[in-house]
Amino acid sequence: MSAQVLSGRAARVRAAGAGAVAGGGSGLGRAFARTPYYVLTGGLAIIFLYPLIWTGVSSVSPQPGSAQTDGFGFGNYGTVADYQAGIWTYLGNSLVVSLVAVVVTLVVSTLGGYAFARFRFWGKDALFLLTLAILMVPYATLLIPLVIWLKSLHLNNTLLGVGLVLAVFQLPFATFMMRISFEAVPREIEEAALVDGCGSFAALRRILLHAVKPGLITVGLFAFLAAWNDFMVPLYLVGGDKQPLPLAMVNLRQQTMGVIDYGATQAGVVILTVPCVLLFLLLQRHYVNGFMSGALKG
Amino acid sequence: MTLTSTPPVPATAAPAPVRRRTHRSRSLRGWAYASPTAVLVLVFFVVPIVLVLFMSGSDWLLLGGNRGVNLPDNYTDVLEHRMFWPSVVFTLKYTVIATVLLIGLGLGLALLVQEASRWRAFLRTVVLLPTALGLASASLLFYALYSPQVGPISPLLQRLGFADGPVTVLGTPDGALWSTVFLIVWRYSGFYMLLLLVGLQSIPGEVYEAARIDGARTWQIFRSVTLPLLRPSLALSTIMCVTGSLLAFDQFFILTKGGPDGSTMTSVLLVYNLAFESKRSLGMAAALSVIILLALVVVNAFQLRALRGSDEKEGRA
Repeated sequence: MSAQVLSGRAARVRAAGAGAVAGGGSGLGRAFARTPYYVLTGGLAIIFLYPLIWTGVSSVSPQPGSAQTDGFGFGNYGTVADYQAGIWTYLGNSLVVSLVAVVVTLVVSTLGGYAFARFRFWGKDALFLLTLAILMVPYATLLIPLVIWLKSLHLNNTLLGVGLVLAVFQLPFATFMMRISFEAVPREIEEAALVDGCGSFAALRRILLHAVKPGLITVGLFAFLAAWNDFMVPLYLVGGDKQPLPLAMVNLRQQTMGVIDYGATQAGVVILTVPCVLLFLLLQRHYVNGFMSGALKG
Repeated sequence: MTLTSTPPVPATAAPAPVRRRTHRSRSLRGWAYASPTAVLVLVFFVVPIVLVLFMSGSDWLLLGGNRGVNLPDNYTDVLEHRMFWPSVVFTLKYTVIATVLLIGLGLGLALLVQEASRWRAFLRTVVLLPTALGLASASLLFYALYSPQVGPISPLLQRLGFADGPVTVLGTPDGALWSTVFLIVWRYSGFYMLLLLVGLQSIPGEVYEAARIDGARTWQIFRSVTLPLLRPSLALSTIMCVTGSLLAFDQFFILTKGGPDGSTMTSVLLVYNLAFESKRSLGMAAALSVIILLALVVVNAFQLRALRGSDEKEGRA
């Protein structure tokens, strides 16, 4: 409540200041006209921030039925750390799955995007459309056969299998993104390199990669966030000590018969969320760019 | 390698033997670069699609494995399953609610933060922040938030006099639905705000100016200028939102597990249930997932057609 009032007052002061600078006597009136706007948007900001702040604070606050019953402290994080195979196993699993997904997505979509943007070959349009068609198929429709198929590939219950499947789910966006990134690079740059005696791969590695760097960062960021956060793919494909963190945290919640350790759940959410929020804040520009290219599709 | 040292020649130029060889080599090279994509798509997309069609026609148990073709038993079993129609109805209901709210709020937020200022940039960041969270993390977060033991909702309702004792928000069918909708709105509003913001910013300022000079009021401008010009972005957002909502899984799996009493069972949740919980029949799960795939294709074809149809009408007018 007080924050709403605060932002409202701050807004009024600023708006009044602006009015005074403009030299109009209507500054005060305009400030009052703007007040509902700042009350509304201030309230919205609180609604969007509150759940995150609440979780962060609660995870270190005393709560009955958790490891942190009196005083503030990191007892809940201790519970999470000692859960079954230990947090390092699950964190490690998440890191491996994310790494596989990011590396495979980046390499495959860079080579593929280059091929689609710069070469003409038999079946090009069909392959591109088929790649985009992955978007149209529900996860569940692919995961049911993958439960069986990965066994034949000897990839069942492996982190590599999960990473590869997650990379495939990223391919439509990543291939599209890299294709338009390569298409935006002027052909002359590449041709100059080819004239200088570079092969097409050397031209790609030495020159084009620098030109498509923003696209690479966006693709890598989205692949990481998707892989790090994915729940459904590991739920279908792995179990036991192979679980990545989100799956382990959901199972931790249901561990003890009927009694739910909310403190540990909140600590788990914080551990899952912090890397994502940091990456988001650091790479916000690339994050927004990713969505913009998505919007261009339409 | 040496062949590519010849600069690529425009296709319109007269053919020459050397050039044709270059052309073929470039075509091969193109395939070489595209081959990792082709392999991944083949192994992890095409093969599973063929396999799921095959499985949907087989008596295939989770533990017993394939026990032969039984077409069309899986399909009839799924259609006669007591949860099939309730899950379809619930999924559609949820999709309509989520789409209306997300597109409406996304558009409202986009209009609110449209112009550039420090406060609006802050607002944009705040609204976008939840989209960086995983849906599973966000669902766990709200699971605690909604709990009567530690969450703030129950004490708030008691303080306001809506309840006498601790309230289990997720305990009633309506409560479970709307709680999940709130979580989804919190998690995805920023995404649709951004999509629509891009659309808003692509509308040239002169159009607004012209409308204002003609004496149009704010509401008139919104209705006759903004909305029609925003249609491509609105259509894209709607298609994405409908597709995403029809396939809802994580949020219901974590928050409600389809309960209470199967009232929030979505179709995709039923796939998981058939495969691993109730029937343990991969064949039935495959059949249902094929039905969902077909439904999705039909819904999207319909949406795209509606979009194109109204395009033509406008073109003629």
